[in-house]
Amino acid sequence: MRSPIWPYIGKRLAMTLPVLLGLTLIVFFIMAMIPGDPATAILGSYATPDNVARLNAQLGLDKPLVSQYFTWLGNLLQGDLGRSFNQNREVLEIVNERFGATLILAGTALVLCSILGLLVGIVSAVKQYGLVDKVLTLIVLIGISTPAFWLGLLMIMLFAVEFRVLPASGMYAVYGGGDLPDLIRHLILPAGTLAFIATGVIARLTRASMLEVLRQDYIRTARAKGLAERRVIYRHAFKAALVSIVPVIGIQAGFVLGGAVYIETVFQWPGIGSMLVTAISTRDLLLVQGGVLVVAAAYVFFNLLADVVQVLLDPRVTS
Amino acid sequence: MKRVVQSLLFGLAALASSPLWAETPPNVLIVGQIAEPQSLDPHAVTAVNDFRILVNVYDGLVRYADGTLNVEPSLATDWTISDDGLEYTFNLREDVNFHDGSPFNAEAVVFNFERMLNEDHPYYDTGPFPLAFYFGQVDSVEAVSDYQVKFTLTEPFAPFLSNLAYPTGLIISPDAVREHGAEVGRNPSGTGAFQFEEWQANQRVVVTRNPGYWDGAPSLEAVVFRPITDANTRVAEMLSGGIDLMVEVPPDNVSTFVDDGSFALYEQAGPHLWFLILNMKEAPFNSKAMRQAVNYAINKESLVTDILQGTATVATGPTPPAFGWAYNDELEPYPYDPDRARELIAEAGGEGAEITFYVTEGGSGMLDPISMGTAIQADLAAVGLNVSIETYEWNTFLGEVNPGLEGKADMAEMAWMTNDPDTLPFLALRTEAFPENGGFNSGYYSNPEVDELLNQARTSTDQDERARLYREMQAIVYDDAPWAFIANWQQNAVATDAVENFKLQPSFLLQLQDVSKP
Repeated sequence: MRSPIWPYIGKRLAMTLPVLLGLTLIVFFIMAMIPGDPATAILGSYATPDNVARLNAQLGLDKPLVSQYFTWLGNLLQGDLGRSFNQNREVLEIVNERFGATLILAGTALVLCSILGLLVGIVSAVKQYGLVDKVLTLIVLIGISTPAFWLGLLMIMLFAVEFRVLPASGMYAVYGGGDLPDLIRHLILPAGTLAFIATGVIARLTRASMLEVLRQDYIRTARAKGLAERRVIYRHAFKAALVSIVPVIGIQAGFVLGGAVYIETVFQWPGIGSMLVTAISTRDLLLVQGGVLVVAAAYVFFNLLADVVQVLLDPRVTS
Repeated sequence: MKRVVQSLLFGLAALASSPLWAETPPNVLIVGQIAEPQSLDPHAVTAVNDFRILVNVYDGLVRYADGTLNVEPSLATDWTISDDGLEYTFNLREDVNFHDGSPFNAEAVVFNFERMLNEDHPYYDTGPFPLAFYFGQVDSVEAVSDYQVKFTLTEPFAPFLSNLAYPTGLIISPDAVREHGAEVGRNPSGTGAFQFEEWQANQRVVVTRNPGYWDGAPSLEAVVFRPITDANTRVAEMLSGGIDLMVEVPPDNVSTFVDDGSFALYEQAGPHLWFLILNMKEAPFNSKAMRQAVNYAINKESLVTDILQGTATVATGPTPPAFGWAYNDELEPYPYDPDRARELIAEAGGEGAEITFYVTEGGSGMLDPISMGTAIQADLAAVGLNVSIETYEWNTFLGEVNPGLEGKADMAEMAWMTNDPDTLPFLALRTEAFPENGGFNSGYYSNPEVDELLNQARTSTDQDERARLYREMQAIVYDDAPWAFIANWQQNAVATDAVENFKLQPSFLLQLQDVSKP
């Protein structure tokens, strides 16, 4: 039997290319349109028109914008992302250094928020309108509406300054450390903060789809057969509900990757997000391009993964 | 399920109870920096944040003497200046090696300056070198002998020595440049008290003791520079014991540390000026009375105490008091006198003038620009001027202000930190420094007397003579009031009480050779 999944993946991957290409085009021209330029940012107070023009020439920024873009694109096809103006290093090398940290943070947060979101959603649905449901709904709403950077600072003040049980920022201890427990200690606050904010959407959606499924006839049949309630909920209802939840987890992957930008800044996490913030403020065009490209590719990949899982759960989806 | 929760909680408790990270080890100083450095190549970087690392890894021919902005010998033991002020000949130390083992000598000095200034130099392409214009007057550099080097200038240029003491004048190992090319900024090698150990992107830069340092090995084994961009996080790291020393403490947090006995607050006035550029080309500030009125109307005392929480002092004129030798201490700051301001405004017929005021959101040395801008707006409203604020992000702001305010705005915030009393007035107050000529005189101040004084002061090599000229210039500029003189920033730092012998320098650099932390 021909598996329908591979052509589907191929089609989806082919659609990814124009998306990424369009994205680089948009980022390039937005960066060019916002006022300020890399030379001014580098020179700061010393940005006289003369000095700026000289530095722009050295950086290759004196050529027309369109030609700059096509040069960049041509180099990209050869695997060359260009050089950062500000750091004078290969963009690929910088992005490479940073991407692992972001994957660890965003990946942990995604796993955490998926588990929490599913659990909270199921419990809320099963205990619909009960006290537990109300309390959980309230907490989830707080999560959805809390600004992440503020919550992050609050967590730092509480757990690092007040109780002194967790480090305030960074990825590894500055001296000593560097092993897995050290990484986990540093990961708890940023990943927890990010997950708390992202849990809400998954929990709300899980609750809604569970409620919908629980009203179906086959659930009534399962209960009438005398199956244990636990089995009815986890085997029969949850599995069906999961089909509509998985794509949302894929979308949350994008949220978590985007959220990493400010979470990384607050917690000084050495990932792509904090790199992008600096790169944008210094108008480091090629570094922004490289960073956005990688984050976007990761987002597309997570979404694809979610869709594939969805297809595996429910083959009807491909058609 | 219960078991999972239990083991999770247990794991958390185990992680939390291990105190590894809570205290920093003895003899290792952990410094909270405001950003990741761009590079550790002294000729390629422009940010004070990076300079704070560089001065501990590299030396220059000369340096600023402890606690002052006066130049003293460093890698050069002494020097002579020719009578016409065009030739500077330095005798070099003969006992110094770079961290990579290569010798420091006249050839190395020539290599450093040629690399920065000579487009035909084989390593010129390891740049760009944005601050090379600090040495724009250098015509040639030659090794007279192994340990004697001669700079020839195209014109007399008094700030030359002071510029050599600036981080752009630090000397890097030519071998390291040859070996690493443009990547030398990640593989630095100097002659300084600490040698480079490792750089983990956005996590830390580690430097360790140079046991053979020619000026005495430091007592610290290592210094770790951690970039912590968010000021609130930096404060939290300090409070939680994650770092030993932090610079640029936000004004609102200063009292937290002062009230806590386990921290020490350090303050040091530096060569910084926060001012308002007034657009003299157009009404209302083409009138001197109106410009003086603005200086009288702003309550500077309240700005520095209430908004800046004592992290700045009231400015008097265009030259910060940190330039002790060149500062005119006979001048007093314009007093806060709204009545006098109203009189002057009435005299100029400027009641109810509409003023457009450019304010920035942040930026190097800008302190708390939005709060300050708003307070200034209120002070000017109180004397009958209608100020409307336009706020810009820093890079955009520079792009608006540097080309000149004509036709756009009447007033703009600005701040400068410099290393010589020549720099700011020369670049921002001369007629020849109008924006169309590539200068920073964005308010179009033009006084031939001031132009002449500044030109003389720049070409004289006699410091007393220069001092007299700068003092005279300050008195004239004070009266002409092309700017509203607001504040001189006191840089600050906080350290734990374990840190000994730490001192801030007026140069804003962070010299850690003498610091200890037993």
